[in-house]
Amino acid sequence: MVRVDGRGNGDSLVRVRDLDKKYQRGSEEIDVLQGLNLDVDKGDFVAFMGPSGSGKTTLLNLLGGLDLPTAGNITVAGDEITRMSAGKLTAWRARHVGFIFQMYNLIPVLTAFQNVELPLLLTKLSKSDRRRHVETALGIVGLSDRLDHYPRQLSGGQEQRVAIARAIVADPTFLLCDEPTGDLDRKSAEEVMVLIDRLVNEHGKTVLMVTHDPRAAERAHAVLHLDKGVLVEGARVTA
Amino acid sequence: MKFFRLVLAQLLRKKVRTTLTIGSFTVALFLYGLLVTIRGAFVGGADVAGVDRLAVINKTSLIMPLPISYRERIMSVAGVSGVTFATWFGGVYQDEKNFFPQYAVDKDTWFDVYAEYIVPKGQREAFLRDRQACLVGKSLGKRFGFKVGDRLPLRGTIWTGAWEFNVVGIYEGNRPEVDTSVLLFRFDYLEERRQFGKGTVGWYTVKLGNPDDAVRVTKKIDGDFANSPYETLTQTEKAFATSFVKQMGNIQFLVLVIGSVVFFTLLLVTGNTMAIAVRERTGELAVLKTVGFSGVGVLGLILAESVLLAGQGGFIGLGLAKLFTMGGDPTRGLLGTFYLPWGSLGIGFALAVAVGIIAGLLPAVAAMRLRVVDALRRV
Repeated sequence: MVRVDGRGNGDSLVRVRDLDKKYQRGSEEIDVLQGLNLDVDKGDFVAFMGPSGSGKTTLLNLLGGLDLPTAGNITVAGDEITRMSAGKLTAWRARHVGFIFQMYNLIPVLTAFQNVELPLLLTKLSKSDRRRHVETALGIVGLSDRLDHYPRQLSGGQEQRVAIARAIVADPTFLLCDEPTGDLDRKSAEEVMVLIDRLVNEHGKTVLMVTHDPRAAERAHAVLHLDKGVLVEGARVTA
Repeated sequence: MKFFRLVLAQLLRKKVRTTLTIGSFTVALFLYGLLVTIRGAFVGGADVAGVDRLAVINKTSLIMPLPISYRERIMSVAGVSGVTFATWFGGVYQDEKNFFPQYAVDKDTWFDVYAEYIVPKGQREAFLRDRQACLVGKSLGKRFGFKVGDRLPLRGTIWTGAWEFNVVGIYEGNRPEVDTSVLLFRFDYLEERRQFGKGTVGWYTVKLGNPDDAVRVTKKIDGDFANSPYETLTQTEKAFATSFVKQMGNIQFLVLVIGSVVFFTLLLVTGNTMAIAVRERTGELAVLKTVGFSGVGVLGLILAESVLLAGQGGFIGLGLAKLFTMGGDPTRGLLGTFYLPWGSLGIGFALAVAVGIIAGLLPAVAAMRLRVVDALRRV
């Protein structure tokens, strides 16, 4: 169940209350997010849509602990991340968040295997356990035969699937996707969305996705519209 | 260890740049190795000088002699366990450009005081038997191809005329730093043939029973000969060797200046390389932080890259320098010693690593402080 009215029950996986984010540009103060409330349950798939500059990516960064709000709080699986120190937030991010970016952001000098292995290097897993996890993740995204390929040897769709494998390899609490199909052709975009769909429906992942693509948004359980920093009431909620 | 592959992959990203940077370290550390070796050749005598030996020279000047009669009086000073003496000969072998030192030494006491010279027993006995005998150092022998049995002619410049010697032995040092570029011949042969200066020696070397007696013995010797026609200046052998080197200029300072310039330039080159390397992958560093690498972790990765660059270059450069010096003195014996000590190799490697750390520090701190949100926006 996804709510934007601040009346969600205490069981929500993601709970956002009165979230404000302001940026200072010279002497001008820009309100990016204003008094935003959000409740997302485990296993939900939420799409955020809205015009450029509406604050979608800012919201995603705040939910992922990459940025701090000006006011308000965010609680994920009982942890109030807005009160965490930078060090704790980094550790929390490694454990709970999987990021998928529009431009894939793979490390070009590492193979697909090594890119996916990156988050696991921070764990205490043995080498053989890491290998098993990486092979499983690449298997889920259908790239078991591309372990030793470098990003330059992969298509855009394949690169994004490697990025998805990297996002899920440490079995995070939820996935944050920033325009995951924004740089892909229609066919590859469709493949990536099918994959994200499967992560939600077959693997029970919680996904929060920013997108401009209505086709991608159609797959979400809920589509929320952000406009000028405000989550618009009456957004289509499908689940 | 699991992060090593990540560090290595980043170094291999720009192979040419990495190779050139490693090359800079290689050249710099090779140069360092040679400078240390050359410094050792000039000031090595001071380093090798025994702590239990004193040099006694004429107070007026090193080139002024001392009476041979002083030997017994010096020997009688409490704390002195041995005395020997030598005189600078200054002969020319074939041509003046073939310079090498020649000392007329006391055949009976020289090797008791200078235990660092190793002479085979038979050769030492031959030296005692033959008044015209001489011993050549290993590097000197190598330089001119002298071997046992050779007849060695010198043209005297202080005591003029043709002087001939029989090479009866080749001495070595008991360690690589010992100068083996000197020819030693018997003082009694000089005394017998020279036209002037009879009854005098160039300097005395005093062996102490206990190095702690150095100050007392020094004062006693100089006091005993004060107000005489031949006043003495007694000093530790190290001070004596150092003052001798200073006559050739401040080699230490020269080596220090050249070395400092080389390392400072290296610091700038490496610092620039690391700054560019970090700047061009800002987005990737942001991704590392996004997936959970801490700021300190990223700092560690950048520093590890920098140190690995420096370490590899340093290792190769020092290795080449060691190999080069093991090939022998390129001046064919003009330098007394040509040896790169293992300790200096260690210091060189530590210097390279230190340059790597300092060069990588600024970019690494910048990477540590990188804000993920800002960096991702630039991707």
